Amino acid sequence: MDLKLKVNGEDWALDVAPADVLLDVLRERIGVKSPKIGCERGDCGSCTILMDGRTVRSCLVLAIEVDGHEITTVEGISYEGFSELQNLFLQNNSFQCGFCAPGIVLAATELLDHNPNPTRHDVQEALAGNLCRCTGYEPIIEAVLAAGDGGSE
Amino acid sequence: MVIAREFDYQRPDTLAKAIQILEEYPGSVRLLAGGTDLVAWLRDDAVAPDLVVDIKDVPGLHALELEGETLHIGSLVTFTELIESELVREHAPLLAEMAETVASQGIRNRATMVGNICSAVPSCDAGPVLLAYDTTVHVVGPDGERSIDINDWFVGLRQTARTDEEVVTHLTIALRPHGGVYVKLMRYAGEDLAQAAVGIVVYPGDEYRVAFGAVAPTPIRSIRIEEALRGRPLDESLITDVVSMVRSEISPITDMRASAEYRARMTEVMLKRGLMAATERLAGTGPAYGTRLI
Repeated sequence: MDLKLKVNGEDWALDVAPADVLLDVLRERIGVKSPKIGCERGDCGSCTILMDGRTVRSCLVLAIEVDGHEITTVEGISYEGFSELQNLFLQNNSFQCGFCAPGIVLAATELLDHNPNPTRHDVQEALAGNLCRCTGYEPIIEAVLAAGDGGSE
Repeated sequence: MVIAREFDYQRPDTLAKAIQILEEYPGSVRLLAGGTDLVAWLRDDAVAPDLVVDIKDVPGLHALELEGETLHIGSLVTFTELIESELVREHAPLLAEMAETVASQGIRNRATMVGNICSAVPSCDAGPVLLAYDTTVHVVGPDGERSIDINDWFVGLRQTARTDEEVVTHLTIALRPHGGVYVKLMRYAGEDLAQAAVGIVVYPGDEYRVAFGAVAPTPIRSIRIEEALRGRPLDESLITDVVSMVRSEISPITDMRASAEYRARMTEVMLKRGLMAATERLAGTGPAYGTRLI
């Protein structure tokens, strides 16, 4: 089936099967490797992408469903250097192995787009679906709070 | 892991076309809205459709509006849309309280409330709340429109009253002043399926609706508990009376998320806290919607 979509600002036209999952098409056909293959059932958040500006689990989306839509991944928000949020993740040493990082960067990006001054509770809620097995989350939460207006409770 | 099964995919752009496909297609069909259940089930080989019909291009299914005193919720309305809706915050904040407990942001952005009750798993969060709201489910099929009382909707484990040739178009909830509560027990804060859940709506005059999730093969309503509560001011002894009825109303199982005994005991605790919170909210006091009670 014909699939036309925009990935990180670039137009793509592909032939896909109905059973092709968006995550696999992004990684194997389009070559965008930041969405990671984790649990593949929507629990871990490592395959998170932005679809029309909102986070979705690309492991739970058929590729053909996104015909006509716009996908953004970490690559797409980093072309012109790191965002303020990404720099804060760096400064806070927020990630160790980095497997969860693309999903968490995008989940936090969505949060800050809709809520520029999130509380700690807001950050925890927004990131609740993104598992990190290295850090215990604290340096991640601190960075997102710093990206807001100081993280008042 | 890829989806091993091959299937066809169609995305009709009118309701009439969708129903025609459902009526005429010779093989088995699955409807696709948010896909957060269906794609996982396809990967698990838990469902085996020959055709997947994506209804996201069908116009009119996105509506979320108030018509007089009736709240109309289209079948493509996502949990995120419920949470972010001023209309819902003002008129039915219980829906937002429930929606906030569903999975994670990335799922809620995609998953629809109608899809949640169409999947009809025992722990579906929308189930107890829509039961407590006396919701009506509106479907359209080859024979026209049909309204289904939510009390008749859940007919078995993952089974609903919708026929294979019907599409749910929307839900309606007749609103009047009320207090409500959704109490959801999870293994940890953050995202989890319910280990047990209680949904309550209370109207002036001590008129209650009480429903449970994840403690029976389907979400269930307890008419017996509602009748025991009816017309009596809520006090300690009444709460004790109805809490003692819980175990005869539910049939929890032991699985990886909780034991049957834990589910039963916690359902008693949650009913007590829920009744108090819902009644206080009706009076304009009580914990703000969204406050975790367990």
